[in-house]
Amino acid sequence: MKTKIIVGLGSCGIAAGAGKVYNMIKQLVEVDKLDIELKQTSCIGMCYREPLVEVIDNTGRYLYGDITIDNVTELMDRHIENGEPIRELVVESDLFRGSEQGYSEGQVKIALRNCGYMDPESIEEAEDRKAYKAIRMVAEDKLSQDDVIKSVLESGIRGRGGGGFSTGLKWRFANNNKSDTKYIICNADEGDPGAFMDRSLLEGDPHAIIEGMILGAYAIGATGGIIYCRAEYPLAIKRLNIALHQAREKGYLGNNIMGIKGFNLDIYVKEGAGAFVCGEETALIASVEGERGMPRKRPPFPAESGLWKKPTNINNVETFANIPYIVLNGGDAYNKYGTVKSKGTKVFALTGKIKHGGLVEVPMGFSIREIIFGLGGGIQDDKKFKAVQLGGPSGGCIPEHLIDTAVDYDSVNATGAIMGSGGMVVMDETTCMVDMARFFLNFTQEESCGKCTFCRIGTKRMLEILTRITEGKGEDGDIEKLEELSEQIKDGSLCGLGQTAPNPVLTTIRYFRDEYEAHINDKKCPAKHCKALLTYEIIPDMCTGCTVCAVKCPTDTISGKRKEIHFIHQEGCIQCGECFSRCNFDAIKVY
Amino acid sequence: MRVKRISLKDKQEQQEAENLSLMNPMIEEYRGKKGNLIPLLQGVQTLFGYIPHEAFLKLHDEAGLKLADMYGVATFYAQFRLNPVGKHIIKVCHGTACHVQNAMKLTEALMESLKIKDGETTEDNLFTLESVACLGCCSLAPVMMIGEETYGKLDGKKSVKIIKEIRLSEKN
Repeated sequence: MKTKIIVGLGSCGIAAGAGKVYNMIKQLVEVDKLDIELKQTSCIGMCYREPLVEVIDNTGRYLYGDITIDNVTELMDRHIENGEPIRELVVESDLFRGSEQGYSEGQVKIALRNCGYMDPESIEEAEDRKAYKAIRMVAEDKLSQDDVIKSVLESGIRGRGGGGFSTGLKWRFANNNKSDTKYIICNADEGDPGAFMDRSLLEGDPHAIIEGMILGAYAIGATGGIIYCRAEYPLAIKRLNIALHQAREKGYLGNNIMGIKGFNLDIYVKEGAGAFVCGEETALIASVEGERGMPRKRPPFPAESGLWKKPTNINNVETFANIPYIVLNGGDAYNKYGTVKSKGTKVFALTGKIKHGGLVEVPMGFSIREIIFGLGGGIQDDKKFKAVQLGGPSGGCIPEHLIDTAVDYDSVNATGAIMGSGGMVVMDETTCMVDMARFFLNFTQEESCGKCTFCRIGTKRMLEILTRITEGKGEDGDIEKLEELSEQIKDGSLCGLGQTAPNPVLTTIRYFRDEYEAHINDKKCPAKHCKALLTYEIIPDMCTGCTVCAVKCPTDTISGKRKEIHFIHQEGCIQCGECFSRCNFDAIKVY
Repeated sequence: MRVKRISLKDKQEQQEAENLSLMNPMIEEYRGKKGNLIPLLQGVQTLFGYIPHEAFLKLHDEAGLKLADMYGVATFYAQFRLNPVGKHIIKVCHGTACHVQNAMKLTEALMESLKIKDGETTEDNLFTLESVACLGCCSLAPVMMIGEETYGKLDGKKSVKIIKEIRLSEKN
C-alpha cells in the first residue's frame, strides 16, 4: 500500500505550526518525487503534543508528536526514506506503546469518534466512517418520527451545552407543536472562555453535526436549519460550509431527503457577532432575527414559539454530534455508559496549569481526580493542585478536598459548580482565587445584556468590591455584601447568564474564604498574585550589588552602590515586580 | 454592560470617505429579507474593516433599515467597530485558560512595544490591539490571533517578536 502521511490541521494544531509542517512535507514529497499520499485531519485531542503527524505504512500506524519545521526533515529522512521510525517521538502506535498511549486508552470516544481520524473536508471519508448511515437507516427501515424520538429518549442523553435538559423530551415538545414551518438550530456559539470542544467537533467532524440536525429535523418536522456559529471560529465556519455543500450535492439536504416524501430541509451557517449572552436560546433567536441578543421571558418556550414565532428546537453541537451514533446503534449503546441520571459520555476541555492540555471524552461518572491526574497527567511543574473551574463563568471552583467528585450533572451541581459545556480549567497554588472570581465577574459584567437591573448593576457593584479587595482596599463586611448581592442577582435575573453569574464568587467564598480574609484583613495575597498586596525585599546575603534592580526600578526606590548590598525603600515601591524578574541572583524575596 | 458610547464628532474627523458603492451588490442581495440587519452590517465591516457613519445612512436610505435599530445592534455586539482600524488586528485572548497563564503580560508587552493602549491603533495604521474573550485554543495558552493566524504558547518577548516580523515584512 501507499504510505500515508496525515497532518493534524485543527485550529490549535495550526497555531502550534502544523500548517508550516504540512507545507514542508508537501515540498519534500514533490522535490524527492516520493510516492506518498499526504492528507489532513483535525484535532485528535492531544493538544499538548501538537503539531501531530501520523504516518501509516506497510508496517503499521505511527502517530508522532511535537513535529515542527525543525525536525520534520529528520522524520522524512529516517521514517519515510529509510523506513526507520523515530521511536522517541511516537506518541501512539499499534506496534508498540507510544509515550502517550494511556491518554487514548482511558477514553470512550462517541462524540469525538471521527475527530482526528478522517479528513473533515471529504464527505467520502466521512461516509466510510458511517456518516449519514443513520438517516439512511431511518429512510430504508421507514422509521417514524416517534421511533427516532424514542431512541433518543432511551439513550438518556441530556443537553451537552450545560443546561442538561433531556434532548428526547425537548424534541417531543417541538414535535407536539403543530405548524407548517419549524426550525432546528444548532447552537455553536461556544462562548465559555476555557472551552473548545465544540470548535474541535465543528472543525473535525462537521458531517456528524449536520446529520444530527437532519435527524432532529426529521423527528420534529423542521423545514429550516441554522447553525449559529461564533465568528471567532473561521476554520469551523469554512469547514461547515464545505460540508453543507457536499451534503447538498449528495442529496442529504434538499427536497425529499433520502427518498422520504415531504422531508425537505436546508441548513445554513449564521455567523454570530460576538455576544456571550447569545448562547442563551431566546437571545440566540433574537440575534438570528437581526436584533440585539437579549433574552426574553419564557414561557412561551422556543419549542412553542421560537424563531419568527415558529416552533424551534435548539441543541448544542456536542448533543447533535452524538445523535447519529445513538440512532444508528440504538439508545442502549449509549446509555450503557454513565451513571443512573447522567447517561453516556462527555467531552471535556482540559486547560490551565495541567500537563496534558487537550480534549478528552470519558463516560459520565469519572472522578475529577481520574481526569486531571490520570488522563491529564497532573499539574504543570508538579506544583500543588488547588482547584478546578468547571462550567465557565456560570460555574464554580471545585477545591482539592472534593477532587473525588464524580463528574455527572447532579454531583457537580451539589458542589455549587455546574457541568456547563465541559471546560475544565485547572489551577495550582499560584492562582489567586479572589482574582479568579474577579476575572469571571468582569466577564459576566461586560457580557450582561443590560435588560435586568440586578444583572446589569449588581454585577458591576460586585466587580467593584472584588477589584477593591484585590487592590488591598477590602473592608470588613465585603464578603457578606458579596453574598447578599449574589442572592439578589440570582433571583432577579431573567436568563441563565444572570442567574449563574455569582456562582464563581459564591464557590470561591465557600471553599476559599480564608483567601478572601487574608486579602481583606491581613492585606496579603497568599498566592502572591495580587500585585498591590505584595512586598518586595532584598535578601542581603544573596545580593551581589550588580545594580540591575536599581537601574530598572521605575520609581528609583532602590538604593545602593555598585558591589554593595541594595535596599528597597517600601514607601516608594509600586510593586511592579521589575526588580524581582530582573534579578539574576534570586536575591529578591516576595511575600 | 454591552454598550459602547458613540461620539459623532471624533468620528467625522477621523474617517476618510470610503467607496460606499462597494455595498451595492450586498444591499441588492439582502433587501427586504427578514433578519438582514446583522449580515448587512457584517458585510459592511468586511468591506471597510469598520462601519463608517455614511454606511449607516446608505443602509437606511437604500435597504430601509432604521438608524436606531442599526446603532442598537452595532453597539451591542463586540464584533462591530465604529472607528477605522489598523491593517493588522492583534487579538490577545483573555479567556480563562489564557488568564491563568498570564495573558496580561502579552497585552502589557504589546502596549509597551506598539506605544498604544488596549483598543487603540498605531499611528502608522498598521496595528490595532484588542483584548478578546476565548479564541478556543486554550491548550496553547496564552494565545493571540492576527488576521486568521493564531499564535500559541507565547510570552511577552515572543509576541513582540511576531509584531516586529510583521512590521519588517510590511516595510519590504
